[in-house]
Amino acid sequence: MSQNILFLLLLLPAAGFVVLGLFGKMIPWRISGIFGTLMIAGTFLASCSVAWYYFMVGGKILDAYSSIVPFQFTWLPLTQHLTIHIGFFIDPLSAMMLLVVTSVSLMVHIYSMAYMKGEERYSTFFAFLSLFTFSMLGLVISSNIFQIYIFWELVGVSSFLLIGFYYDRPSAVAAAKKAFVVTRFADLGFLVGILLLSYFSDTLDFQVLISRLTTGGSPYLAHAATAGFLGISALTWGLCLIFIGGAGKSAMFPLHIWLPDAMEGPTPVSALIHAATMVVAGVYLVARLFPVYALSCPAALDVVAYTGAFSALFAAVIACTQTDIKRVLAYSTMSQIGFMMFALGVSGYGGESGLGFTASLFHLFTHAFFKALLFLGAGVVIHAVHSNELSDMGGLRKNLPVTHIAFLLACLAISGIPPFAGFFSKETILMAAFQRNSLVYWVAIITSCLTAFYMFRLYFSIFWNKQHSHVHKSSHGEAPFLMIFSLLILAIGAVAAGWVPFGDFVSSDGMKLDLPVHIDFSILPVGLSIAGILFAMILYKNERELPGKISAGFGKIYQAANRKFYIDEIYQFITKKLIFQFIGRPAAWFDKNIVDGLMNTLATITQVFSFSTSGLQSGKLQPYAGYFLGGVFGLVALTLYIWLR
Amino acid sequence: MNEIPLSHILCVSTGLFFIGIYGFLTRRNLITILMSVELILNSVNLNFIAFNKYLYPDKPDGFFFSVFIIAIAAAEAAVAIAIIIHLYRHYRSIDVEDADTMRF
Repeated sequence: MSQNILFLLLLLPAAGFVVLGLFGKMIPWRISGIFGTLMIAGTFLASCSVAWYYFMVGGKILDAYSSIVPFQFTWLPLTQHLTIHIGFFIDPLSAMMLLVVTSVSLMVHIYSMAYMKGEERYSTFFAFLSLFTFSMLGLVISSNIFQIYIFWELVGVSSFLLIGFYYDRPSAVAAAKKAFVVTRFADLGFLVGILLLSYFSDTLDFQVLISRLTTGGSPYLAHAATAGFLGISALTWGLCLIFIGGAGKSAMFPLHIWLPDAMEGPTPVSALIHAATMVVAGVYLVARLFPVYALSCPAALDVVAYTGAFSALFAAVIACTQTDIKRVLAYSTMSQIGFMMFALGVSGYGGESGLGFTASLFHLFTHAFFKALLFLGAGVVIHAVHSNELSDMGGLRKNLPVTHIAFLLACLAISGIPPFAGFFSKETILMAAFQRNSLVYWVAIITSCLTAFYMFRLYFSIFWNKQHSHVHKSSHGEAPFLMIFSLLILAIGAVAAGWVPFGDFVSSDGMKLDLPVHIDFSILPVGLSIAGILFAMILYKNERELPGKISAGFGKIYQAANRKFYIDEIYQFITKKLIFQFIGRPAAWFDKNIVDGLMNTLATITQVFSFSTSGLQSGKLQPYAGYFLGGVFGLVALTLYIWLR
Repeated sequence: MNEIPLSHILCVSTGLFFIGIYGFLTRRNLITILMSVELILNSVNLNFIAFNKYLYPDKPDGFFFSVFIIAIAAAEAAVAIAIIIHLYRHYRSIDVEDADTMRF
């Protein structure tokens, strides 16, 4: 494999962004869509060849996949020891991520060519999508933690731009700002974590950092483990802070508040960024530093596990009560990422104990396909009924037969019904949790039952239930070919991705890991999922009054879940009532009166002085000559005085 | 022959200098101001010649300097007259009080 393919991987989407961003307005919209899609298609082929080369030809050394750095140059030599490199880093994790990002991105591009038709800023949309793909690929193949931070911020920016794509809608603008501020706030933790880790390990490169902080008895590890703050070691602090950054991007509790609002963006964006790729960057980050977490600091890994498990359950409960189709999907994304997080959290390093690691990334892999499919299907539905509300939908299976089937497949996959993709990955996660932590296991079982329930609540409410008259009349029929095409490709992924022998490729130590399949173990989760589906079917297949009665029966609890457990309100209270009131206002007063006051006084003095002396510059020649002469006489007098003294 | 002492010549050149200064500061006509400047320059010339003659009679430096000053005075006069002509075209006057637009 030549390096050139790796460069191509970044240059093609970057070229797409630059060309469409600069010249997008001048070329016909159809061409700009095709151009952007072709660039991503090229990137997809390049990433396929990289992954093929890595997995099949050159990646294995002594039966284990090891990481390779095919290209690296020194960017900033800060000190003799600490230099910042820019480079490419290929290991099973990044090769797998390359495939996921480029394939979902390609499908979303194809879908958007039809979905965004007639949009005024069509080419801008594709430019932003290319920017996002570029930054996500850069994030995935970063060779050091500083480079990952650069691309981390870049995906944040492109997410901001795309959420606020409909910038004439105040809600979209607010959502974009919220997403940016919340993730940026979390990135502060990430940055401090980077500084801590690089300070203690004296390097930023992943390979060196991991080896220095995991080798028992290394002076770096000893230093990091003994230095402490508030009774917690510096290593734990660093890893937890890095996890905060990951939690912000991956919408883990309590930094999840931006994700549901981010659904204000166009639906393909939600599919690409807020379901399949960017939001799993946090999982990727933890997996990237996994040896350090697992070998040197199990406490930080526990934080990951419990945050993930709580977020999974929390989001699943909220998802059952939401009525906006995209918000249900957003909470389901959060819940599934929670699954990936706690799978990492319960995992150990190496051999059989590394099952959770493989399971987490396996779920990341399958989730990308079926969740992107769910979002794109939701996009078709929204196109058909021009509304996001479940109550405006119903009975669409006759209008949208292909979408109906694709959506059903994706729902089955996410609910973990065999033999669809989600079954395999979720089963592996449950197995890993079962082996290592029973509390997390039971939370996961309940969550997966809830998952099946709310997904099929969505499915039955959209495609069965009562048909609304206005839908019948307008009757768009099935979506355009390009949209259906990408739905079908992703549906193939949602069905077949689970059959990939994932453990052969990705594991915590690079060795081959056989994923266990125990029929008797699967009975409980699958049975609960089917129960959830049946319950949803009873409630939502036909229009009934039962759901309303049940939700009324839950009373306050239902109310709280419907209002997302008032997390947004708590944030509002903390920011508006506490921070603005007690920090913001005094700071503003200080700024206005002390800082500005000082400057204003200085400026006023200068102004008064210059006004009073400005009369000297009269424009008349002879007074000038007089001043000059006076000056000369003054100097002469001074000189004589000093001379003769 | 009784030589004229140096101090006499210096008195003359000082008188010349201050006549020039006085003219420069009080005259309103630009041509007269220019003439005053010439007076100042000539007083400096006189100083050069006198110092050279009385203090370093075997060296010619002072003479050369006065030759330079005469040449520069000619050039300066040419430039100044060009400016004065321009001012006259603009203001229809060569009164220095009228050319006062470069002010605060």
